[in-house]
Amino acid sequence: MPAWHNVVIIGGGGAGLRAAIAVAEANPKLTVAIVSKVYPMRSHTVSAEGGAAAVAGDDDTFDEHAYDTVSGSDWLCDQDAVEAFVVEARKELLRLEHWGCPWSREQDGRIAVRAFGGMKKKRTWFAADKTGFHLLHTLFQTALSYTGSGRRGGSGIVRYDEWFVTKLLVHDGRVRGVVAVELATGRVETIVADAVIVCTGGCGRVFPFTTNANIKTGDGMALAYQAGAPLKDMEFVQYHPTGLPFTGILITEAARAEGGRLLNKDGYRYLQDYDLGTPTDEPVLRSMELGPRDRLSQAFVHEMAKGRTAETEAGHVVHLDLRHLGEKLIDERLPFVRELCASYQNIDPVHELVPVRPVVHYMMGGIHTDINGATPLTGLYAAGEVACVSINGANRLGSNSLPELLVFGARAGKAVADFVATVPGAATAPVIAQGRDEENRLRRELSDHQHSDGERIADIRTEMQETMEAGAGIYRDEASLTKALDELAELKTRFARASMDDASRTFNTELIAMLELSGMLDVASCIVASGLRRKESRGAHQRTDYPDRNDERYLAHSVIRRKPDGDWRVEYLPVSITRWPPGERVYGR
Amino acid sequence: MPETITMEVWRYRPEHESEPTWDAYDVPLRKEWAVLDGLNHIKDQLDGTLSYRWSCRMGICGSCGMTVNGEPKLSCSTFLTDYAPGPVRVEPMRNFPVIRDLVVEMGDFMAKLPAVKPWLVSDDEPDEDTEYLQTPVEMDDYKRYSMCINCMLCYSACPVYALDPDFIGPAAIALAQRYNLDSRDAGAEDRRDVLASAEGVWACTFVGECSVVCPKDVDPAGAIQRYKLTAASKAVKDLLLPRGAR
Ligand SMILES: Cc1cc2nc3c(=O)[nH]c(=O)nc-3n(C[C@H](O)[C@H](O)[C@H](O)COP(=O)(O)OP(=O)(O)OC[C@H]3O[C@@H](n4cnc5c(N)ncnc54)[C@H](O)[C@@H]3O)c2cc1C
Ligand code: SF4
Ligand code: FES
Repeated sequence: MPAWHNVVIIGGGGAGLRAAIAVAEANPKLTVAIVSKVYPMRSHTVSAEGGAAAVAGDDDTFDEHAYDTVSGSDWLCDQDAVEAFVVEARKELLRLEHWGCPWSREQDGRIAVRAFGGMKKKRTWFAADKTGFHLLHTLFQTALSYTGSGRRGGSGIVRYDEWFVTKLLVHDGRVRGVVAVELATGRVETIVADAVIVCTGGCGRVFPFTTNANIKTGDGMALAYQAGAPLKDMEFVQYHPTGLPFTGILITEAARAEGGRLLNKDGYRYLQDYDLGTPTDEPVLRSMELGPRDRLSQAFVHEMAKGRTAETEAGHVVHLDLRHLGEKLIDERLPFVRELCASYQNIDPVHELVPVRPVVHYMMGGIHTDINGATPLTGLYAAGEVACVSINGANRLGSNSLPELLVFGARAGKAVADFVATVPGAATAPVIAQGRDEENRLRRELSDHQHSDGERIADIRTEMQETMEAGAGIYRDEASLTKALDELAELKTRFARASMDDASRTFNTELIAMLELSGMLDVASCIVASGLRRKESRGAHQRTDYPDRNDERYLAHSVIRRKPDGDWRVEYLPVSITRWPPGERVYGR
Repeated sequence: MPETITMEVWRYRPEHESEPTWDAYDVPLRKEWAVLDGLNHIKDQLDGTLSYRWSCRMGICGSCGMTVNGEPKLSCSTFLTDYAPGPVRVEPMRNFPVIRDLVVEMGDFMAKLPAVKPWLVSDDEPDEDTEYLQTPVEMDDYKRYSMCINCMLCYSACPVYALDPDFIGPAAIALAQRYNLDSRDAGAEDRRDVLASAEGVWACTFVGECSVVCPKDVDPAGAIQRYKLTAASKAVKDLLLPRGAR
């Protein structure tokens, strides 16, 4: 008998864990499984630093949070989703507090909030600068209380730790389970389910220089795409303005929120030249260093073109100046920044300038879902960075992603609990047969690549990443995108003949890398194909050949879908506008 | 600085060999490279069969614990130049069964975790609209113990765990204390049976290696000591006082 659960959740990061708890709370009789390629507390949510946004103080309102999000998104988000999001974000962050999350506090014991880029009020809750770490561990530990032996009991959340999902099983137009490989043994298993929630996170690793961890290979996007579910707004890739030059390790925006300044090689606060406001000693909200990420990263490119960035072994950089903040504040509020600078850059930000440059950080696009996480494919749901609801539109505001994965993780969990209560039972035999086919395919893949006359997987991966940076970076145009698409097609052909060294079943990480690369080539193609079709500049998608925003034609979500012949089709869906008609994005004035 | 450094890597492929072996690889010695970068170079360019865990490469996900020149280390935040001219020896973490190469089996820890009830236990339902108050001073009581990334280096260094695999171990006890000392938590009683048992704090002979190797300054040894004091005074009280007065 194959394994069976009411609900299978792929991914044990913030979104996956939150969704699992929501299912268990909604109906303790349901069995829910979390299948994750790493132990849940290793998931990439762990490295989020700066904080999570939700209205906190009396001087703030839901409408203001919504407006900042909408204008930050360059009006491409869905305003109904944003309106629900801002209200529920606060509830979710409080929930997390009740579960024990050690949010930083004011002296009187209330939650403290900090400023963040693109936000007009201080509303970013934080746990020093290890917010994601505390959030993930709190969720994971709370989820343990829902396991068989935990105090909250129920049928419980079961885990498949270090299992890699290779396929979504679709029968009769409905998702009915997954196939996964257990890393430790190489065993391939079909896991039947009434519904599946994809919570696999982003895909930063399709680019060469990224803040994202090794596991962020967009697997869930590829799984959904191959199963026939559409991906939305894939052309919108966020560059964060401040990554450490050699590693791409993130220096959080909180560093600027606390007062850090960006300087060019002459020590000049260059952002003032890019319509982001005038420099002041104290940070001003929605101005200068606290502008949105898309605009700050674009300013860097112009500054470099003017020859005003500093050249280092690891490329061009500007400098982040934290020296005036003083040791005490840095240790209290930015201890991780200091730790990272010391370990990976050999500098102390208390006394030295931090070299930084833009770095691929976050995927605005993802699996197309409605406001409850449902995709157009029956039985398939998605939440977290892998999904595109969309509250982020063309540019996500920093600190909106952590609350997003809580709000929409919880929504997806509830929606799935309702869904599985109503779906009719269905025969499992055809699903199991499909699972066997997939097992055979995997076995073939493993043996087909066992030769030594092909290219190395790592080399093809590197070339794909360079292709993406060159063709679909901060600025793109028709020629660069077309070239990238051609190169990706060629890489797919070469990939089919790539060599593998490792034939063993036990913890074969080369096999995992191969499966990840196969999916990444699809995801990369979707990013480029969607970017090629959008002939305008909006948020993070900047076309030098179409430098203006074009609301008439492109105030719409792009949706890319795989055709049965392997080719794809891009279509557009309307954006939901409730209260904020498209306007100019104004920062610093 | 020499241009390369030799990495001697412990290999074990259970399908092919019954005994572990060593493989040596020359990798570029670059000042920015962590031991993990060396391993990635081997994996990507020299030998795709080498297996190890990693993810964040920024010292926070806890995946990449290994034994580097005899010491438990996070390989992503341990740098090759510190071992120049080499060779640098990389082995799996000690005290764990090895699945393959540098990958150890940590199911034992994962199974022990729920036993210490590492979640907030509250007596009443909190008000949905407000937070529990907690001052920075109250937070300082447990903050340090909340920083554990579950990297397992402390288990790898612990001589007690080496001899007695039933010992709950440093990180799990620190985590229990993280909740016990949290002003919002009321679960200390629920955790007591496990913590105060023979496999709990009393198994520890206070070697203190765990706190020495901990990359996040969690001080599990301190957490264990502190609990021993609590447990001891509690035991005395239990002995002397009638139940109602405890
Ligand atoms: C360095 C950094 C700092 C950040 N800081 C902030 C911040 O301060 N504030 C903020 O709001 N946002 C921040 N973000 C963004 C935010 O952290 C992420 O968007 C978010 O954590 C994603 O969470 P997730 O649950 O969707 O995915 P993840 O946490 O990435 O989890 C993905 C899960 O899916 C599993 N998985 C993936 N593929 C498979 C497969 N094939 N089979 C089985 N399992 C699979 C993985 O094992 C993992 O458990 C930051 C991002 C980065 C990179
Ligand atoms: S206590 Fe320290 S050494 Fe032990 S698992 Fe936690 S972080 Fe690692
Ligand atoms: S790779 Fe995450 S801690 Fe080293």
